[in-house]
Amino acid sequence: MAGLVTALLAVVALAAVAALGAGAGMAQVFGIYIPYVAVAIFVTGFIKKVLGWASTPVPFAIPTTGGQQYSLPWVKQAKFDNPSTPGQTFIRMALEVLCFRSLFRNTKVDNRPGEGTVGYGSDKSLWLFALIFHYCFLIVFIRHFRFFLEPVPFLVTGVEFVDSILQISVPTLYLTDVFFVVGVTFLLARRLFDSKVAYISLASDFFPLFLILAIALSGIYMRYFAKVDVIAIKQLAIGLVSFKPVIPPNVDWSFYMHFFLVCVLWAYFPFSKLMHLGGVFLSPTRNLPNNTRMVRHINPWNDPSIKPHSYADYEDDFREKMIEAGLPVDKEA
Amino acid sequence: MSKMAPPEELMNVNYSTPSEPWMDVRPEFKPGTFSYPGKPDVLKYLGLPNPRDWSPTEEDWKLPPDWRETIRDGFRELLGKYRSLKVFMDCCVRCGACADKCHFYIGSGDPKNMPVLRAELLRSIYRGEFTVAAKILGKLAGARKLEEDVVKEWFMYFYQCTQCRRCSLYCPYGIDTAEITFLARDLMNRIGLNINWILEPAANCNRTGNHLGIQPHAFKDMMDFLVDDIETVTGRRVEPSFHRKGAEILFITPSGDIFAEPGIYTFMGYLLLFDYLDLDVTWSTYASEGGNFGSFMNDKWMKKLNAKMYAEAKRLGVKYIIGGECGHMWRVLNQFMDTMNGPADFLEVPKSPITGTVFENAKSTKMIHLVEFTADLIKNGKLKLDKSRNAGITATWHDSCNTSRGMGFFDEPRYVLENVVEKFVDMPSQTIREQTFCCGGGAGLNNGEFTEMRLRGGLPRGNALKYVQEKFGVNTMSCICAIDRATLPGLADYWAPGVKVTGLHELVGNALVFEGEEERTMNLRQEDLPGLEGSEEEE
Ligand code: SF4
Ligand code: SF4
Repeated sequence: MAGLVTALLAVVALAAVAALGAGAGMAQVFGIYIPYVAVAIFVTGFIKKVLGWASTPVPFAIPTTGGQQYSLPWVKQAKFDNPSTPGQTFIRMALEVLCFRSLFRNTKVDNRPGEGTVGYGSDKSLWLFALIFHYCFLIVFIRHFRFFLEPVPFLVTGVEFVDSILQISVPTLYLTDVFFVVGVTFLLARRLFDSKVAYISLASDFFPLFLILAIALSGIYMRYFAKVDVIAIKQLAIGLVSFKPVIPPNVDWSFYMHFFLVCVLWAYFPFSKLMHLGGVFLSPTRNLPNNTRMVRHINPWNDPSIKPHSYADYEDDFREKMIEAGLPVDKEA
Repeated sequence: MSKMAPPEELMNVNYSTPSEPWMDVRPEFKPGTFSYPGKPDVLKYLGLPNPRDWSPTEEDWKLPPDWRETIRDGFRELLGKYRSLKVFMDCCVRCGACADKCHFYIGSGDPKNMPVLRAELLRSIYRGEFTVAAKILGKLAGARKLEEDVVKEWFMYFYQCTQCRRCSLYCPYGIDTAEITFLARDLMNRIGLNINWILEPAANCNRTGNHLGIQPHAFKDMMDFLVDDIETVTGRRVEPSFHRKGAEILFITPSGDIFAEPGIYTFMGYLLLFDYLDLDVTWSTYASEGGNFGSFMNDKWMKKLNAKMYAEAKRLGVKYIIGGECGHMWRVLNQFMDTMNGPADFLEVPKSPITGTVFENAKSTKMIHLVEFTADLIKNGKLKLDKSRNAGITATWHDSCNTSRGMGFFDEPRYVLENVVEKFVDMPSQTIREQTFCCGGGAGLNNGEFTEMRLRGGLPRGNALKYVQEKFGVNTMSCICAIDRATLPGLADYWAPGVKVTGLHELVGNALVFEGEEERTMNLRQEDLPGLEGSEEEE
């Protein structure tokens, strides 16, 4: 619980800092300096972390095999759960990254001592909500490009069009905004109410959830309630990406709060578990083919000086007994 | 060990979480939940640091004075050598998908047996020692200092993990707690925290060639004994050879198969099959262990013990190697051997002399699984099999963790099994194949003092077995793993009494019909064949 409270307080404090600071004439700081610093931290931190992983050797190919191996020609291989070629492995990875294949397998223990049975029912809720959450995040992310790009690319307008297909409210409601909040809320609720997950949760598990929730809610507030001046914000955004930053007048404090929280997320990202975004591609149990009996995997630090206890020494140790038992030996006594 | 409570009681697992945060819960070393420490003379033989007499139940574990430094340096070294460790330390999101996948958690309810928390035991030190932010934030960020209680907890829980990798299958990032356990054990070995049931077998493997410490002449004696038994059952005198230079094939199997029931029946099955085929195969007493106890210690010993296989193949000048029925042996052979001790350029790509099948899937290691070999024989109609010799058996199949999640070996053994027994049913789908549950005895935990915890960990497998026993009348569980053959009989006696455990080639050996053979009245266990009177009447 300490983790939960701390994380919540931290996010509230951060939001307050931005709301108050921007109101107190520090728009420059929140609109220009902090974003540049945050993005710089994100980019360098992310690259550093990924390079750190990538430069560490993979001494052994240890795929976790999830189906029938490549074997005799008449045995049907589970090509994408137990890939044996780089192409199949690519598909396995794509299924993992795009469809959360492993979470799709999730089960839940159901121990019923009274009936003497233990079951493992399928439990796809985490898969479903994680998928909703991540895809909404992606779409929201893409949608935001309209602020940074002029003209707005077709992809972005297309996504926007579909996202607001229901045409409810003014400005039109984005479906992803709703689902996004639903997704985050589910993930948060799990952390609170599933006792196992609550027990393992740290402040660093709650913090990103609260942060992301705060970002979503502040964004929703800006769009649907404060109805901020979008033209002004776009001016600011384009100024930032073209390295000619300006602070237009009429930007609501709520924007600075939203934007600051996003900056916190960027800066926090490389030092947190959010790096699973990069790590998922580098996990040796998923990104290698199970072909280690066909293709020799090289371990750069393999130590050739490690030798077996030699046969000669073995025979020296047991020669007489071997001869007596009629076992062939290399050297007679 | 205290007397076990009955299964109904053991099933009543308390899954509620303690009120204190996990970092404040100290490990309790109750008999039945830990394995005895490595004996000083064994440590000395293996050249491992800090040999001493000590007990986990005592306060003072006699750690070396500079143990903190040793762990820190070791950790840093491993982080530099294993990308897996680095990624797994950084990427866990504590989603809990792995939490209820571990048989030890399901059977004990101890939250530190949730794979995620097992890994956090190490990760908390990683954060506390190697990451700036967490160092400052401390407990809040899940970081802690390296204290004696921490390594005591490591000893408890990294020797309560059978490295079965079930957790890894469900993790969205493939985080493999078995890998973390492997490396944590490596660290612990550096300060003398190890268990005797791993070290002594490893020492034996090194010196005598097998984990039981059977010396060459005794190995031969045991083989002779089994050859006699085969003669009693079949009337045939099989003639296995040892160290025969120029043989086509070297055969290596776990030594447990020659030593104890029910493994010996599988061993007899091997001998019968080779005799049936008149296979040009030889055995070695020097390389008489398929299993690799080094893989429960660290990468150095894994390599050193495994290296004997190729060394012996080279010395004897064989063309390729066939490996017997074993689990962790095959994890090592499939995923590590070629990397560690290859390339095996002095061997040839395995080609069945009977069917001509070339085993493309082993073209680099040049080592095939006997079950692959046998499945190919059956498919090509090269074996005359009489299922009625296994009459009365309703079999189910236990997928061993290592061949399942470190290989993907499912259909070949089932194909063989279906060809040698009349009735076969699988256990429920979420307990087999890649989702299979551990026997509870892998990775060095098949020792007597650990029985209570092992039987708890055996709950998922035991319960699934009981289910098919009650529903389909299953009375035999077949498997291809020596540790299973040692562990599962006890597990079955406890959770599903009445179910027998067999290796696969025991059943093959029973079913094999030799040309012009005398009629068999017994199976390899020297039990009367059921329904024999019936077959006599027919004649
Ligand atoms: S499933 Fe993977 S990411 Fe989730 S808690 Fe377990 S180890 Fe961590
Ligand atoms: S490898 Fe197996 S025993 Fe170890 S934590 Fe994972 S599920 Fe449990």
